Amino acid sequence: MSYFSKSPWVFHYDASSCNGCDIEVLACLTPLYDIERFGIINTGNPKHADLFLVTGSVNEQNISVIKNLYNQMADPKVVVAIGICATSGGIFRTCYNVMGGIDKVIPVDVYVPGCAARPEAIIDGVVKALGILEQKAAALKGEPVAESV
Amino acid sequence: MKIAVLFFAYLVGGLFLGGLLAGFDRIVTARMQSRKGPPLLQPFYDVLKLLGKRNIVVNNYQTFCVACFLVFIILTGVLFFVGGDLLLTIFALTVASIFLVLGAYSVNSPYSTIGAERELLQMMAYEPALLIAALGMYWVTKSFHVNVIASYSHPLIMYLPGIFVSVLFILTIKFRKSPFDLSTSHHGHQELVKGLTTEFSGPSLAMIEVAHWYENILLLGFVYLFFAFNPIIAIVATIATYVLEILIDNTFARLTWQFTVASSWIVTGATAVTNLLILTFFLK
Repeated sequence: MSYFSKSPWVFHYDASSCNGCDIEVLACLTPLYDIERFGIINTGNPKHADLFLVTGSVNEQNISVIKNLYNQMADPKVVVAIGICATSGGIFRTCYNVMGGIDKVIPVDVYVPGCAARPEAIIDGVVKALGILEQKAAALKGEPVAESV
Repeated sequence: MKIAVLFFAYLVGGLFLGGLLAGFDRIVTARMQSRKGPPLLQPFYDVLKLLGKRNIVVNNYQTFCVACFLVFIILTGVLFFVGGDLLLTIFALTVASIFLVLGAYSVNSPYSTIGAERELLQMMAYEPALLIAALGMYWVTKSFHVNVIASYSHPLIMYLPGIFVSVLFILTIKFRKSPFDLSTSHHGHQELVKGLTTEFSGPSLAMIEVAHWYENILLLGFVYLFFAFNPIIAIVATIATYVLEILIDNTFARLTWQFTVASSWIVTGATAVTNLLILTFFLK
């Protein structure tokens, strides 16, 4: 086993969320849930992060931002879409400026639905993401550097 | 032969003690915030994970600088713990920090540049106190050599209380703790992103982390010198100093660089320089 699942550093981006899911993401760091117990740190810097947590749907203005942040992360990396807007666009999916879920722009590994997604659901999603992170880390050995999106 | 043994003892001991100290720091911090906190070995997991990440480099010079930073930090620690010259140790520490600043400057990112600029200002803030501390120790023990200072029979803290206060003050800067974590913000989502370390990822970041462990052990060694007349008291005082730093870290918000430079110089002037003047008066 590698050390990826023991020290996953997360990076959180609000695409166009109403802040409901963002508050629940930050709630995971508070004393009640304290995800630092598992070595999880909220880094705020894509170059240091292993997990990319995105809330909200993709609109025309943040496509380039999401792609840029994703490309700045070092491999192996995992993307978690949090909340129904991030997974499919939610009730905003038919809006003229909304493209849909995050998977329209970058590959998403774990979907956490909910409006807003509860901290328990987010933690469950992150734990699932850790399994995928381990697989990606194992697959990465000896592989050439991946192309950017 | 003795020096070689001390060298390897520091190389291995510094790594393990430094990592354990970082883990202890995170647990105590979590308890102060009524959280449980990560396992004690968490810093080792972090570094081992970072070594497994792909290294994103902006330019090759960046990696070279970080490698030099680590090498010079270790060299500084070796100079100190084999009982070398205290002045040389302080200047070698400056050289190490300069390499980190050069690495951060070389990448052209605004966050990194601000971090590098602030690191230089921090160095300006803490250097006088370190140098006066070395002078004070020389004045009492008549030697700049760490082994002579460490084997001095009287408690150095009795002669240098003011200098000890100024060293405590600037230690907060050197440990990169609030209120003086200006160059690398400790927590995410701030105006600095991660300051100095923003553009370092994977193995490069691991080197910075490990260098910081060695640096912390060196600084605690410096605290030890003030109480070196009795090893048990010295170790207790060193640990107490670190816990005090963690408490300060958790109770203060970050201050501006203007306040950092001004306050550290004022404190150094009021305590360390006064202490040195009184010493020159009484100890001729």
